[in-house]
Amino acid sequence: MTLISLSFADVALSAVLLVVNAALSLILRLGLARRMAIAAARMVVQLLLMGLVLKVLFALSSPIFTSLTALVMVLFAGREVIARQKRRLAGPWAYGIGTTAMLFAGTMVTVFALTTQIRPEPWFEPRVALPLMGMILGNTMTGVSLGIDRLLTGAVDARAAIEARLALGHDRTEAMGGVVREALRTGLVPTINSMSAIGLVFIPGMMTGQILAGVAPMEAVKYQLLIMFLIAGGTAFGVLGAVLAGSRRLSDSRHRLRLDRLSKAAGD
Amino acid sequence: MLRIRQLSRPGLAPFDLDLADGECVALSGPSGAGKTILLRAVADLDPNQGSVSLDGVGREDMAAPQWRARVCYLAAEAGWWADTVAPHFPDGRAAAAQFAELGLPPDALGWSLARASTGERQRLALARVLLLAPRVMLLDEPTSGLDPEAAARVEAILSARLEQGAALLLVTHATEQAGRMAQRRLTIEGGRLTEGPP
Repeated sequence: MTLISLSFADVALSAVLLVVNAALSLILRLGLARRMAIAAARMVVQLLLMGLVLKVLFALSSPIFTSLTALVMVLFAGREVIARQKRRLAGPWAYGIGTTAMLFAGTMVTVFALTTQIRPEPWFEPRVALPLMGMILGNTMTGVSLGIDRLLTGAVDARAAIEARLALGHDRTEAMGGVVREALRTGLVPTINSMSAIGLVFIPGMMTGQILAGVAPMEAVKYQLLIMFLIAGGTAFGVLGAVLAGSRRLSDSRHRLRLDRLSKAAGD
Repeated sequence: MLRIRQLSRPGLAPFDLDLADGECVALSGPSGAGKTILLRAVADLDPNQGSVSLDGVGREDMAAPQWRARVCYLAAEAGWWADTVAPHFPDGRAAAAQFAELGLPPDALGWSLARASTGERQRLALARVLLLAPRVMLLDEPTSGLDPEAAARVEAILSARLEQGAALLLVTHATEQAGRMAQRRLTIEGGRLTEGPP
């Protein structure tokens, strides 16, 4: 089987479904039509731009431009993590903790995969490195944003319990242990769930893409397994780093709970 | 024994205070006057300035958890970190003995906290502090939810601890209680601490 190339008209036809849904939303007054339209428009523009950028990057095959692109992806992921939080740390920490955790976890896992398992020639080959980084980053981002959000909300909700433990002479690790564990669990559950459901409930996007592109199923499966392990590892490192760093920031060396380091949330 | 010099934080003007072995000082004042933040500042639960020392050892010279186990603060509404009573008491046998002294039934250790009354929870929270045998207790209205009989029990236990040399900084609205327990009375208003009853 060879790759079936799509025309832009084919793509436009698939968008009809969304238009129908937007129309339904207008009729039922769900108030979703506008958001749907904006999100769809963003998706089209972002992906088209990405296609153009990737085309240039693939042609250049430069280690500097490849890593710069990866860095930009991390910075955008950091912004996305903030946008998904109900409460935020004040100052640069809000952006810094999630972004740093994703930068480390994403880079480490991607470089590990490129140099020891996939081994393209050269090892930083953007055609391999960037989609790989993107998949790992996308999932790590979901985990990190869920984990940080749960940590900050949990610390505020459990303030009395945390401070009761501190007042009785427990250290900050003990006192915040419950909230930290809950945040880690929340950050990792989507990855764990998708590992259990994969292959039974859904065929993952990347594997679908490879099969559509004519790759033999078992080859696609091997790639998918590799990716899933990388994603799970990257997410776990990212969530662990972000949640632990966040819990340190929410307390200080005198083992106090520092909710004053949260910026004022809307409605407070 | 407890020596406080120029302790302050936002909402609390700098103050000095000394507590001797076996001394009870009652603190009163209107709501929002700063009673709780004063106790929290002594326990070092919020960022604050000033010097505080216990038996000549500065607060900064010991780890904060160690400080708080010796200078122990109990909030007016204590927090709980599990749904049942038992996880809050690592030593079950010692807890049972303390419960008996406080007039709580011995099976209280198996309770779920949701079924405990306000007064029962208040005594359970006090038991956590008493079991640590702190040198100084900073108690925020420890008998506010108790009937007179239970309150008298708590006062008797606290008096016994005072006789053993502990010190007590007691926030109370009850003038009679302050009269029974305290050698000195302090008043706080608008974050300013003054000697004497209100």
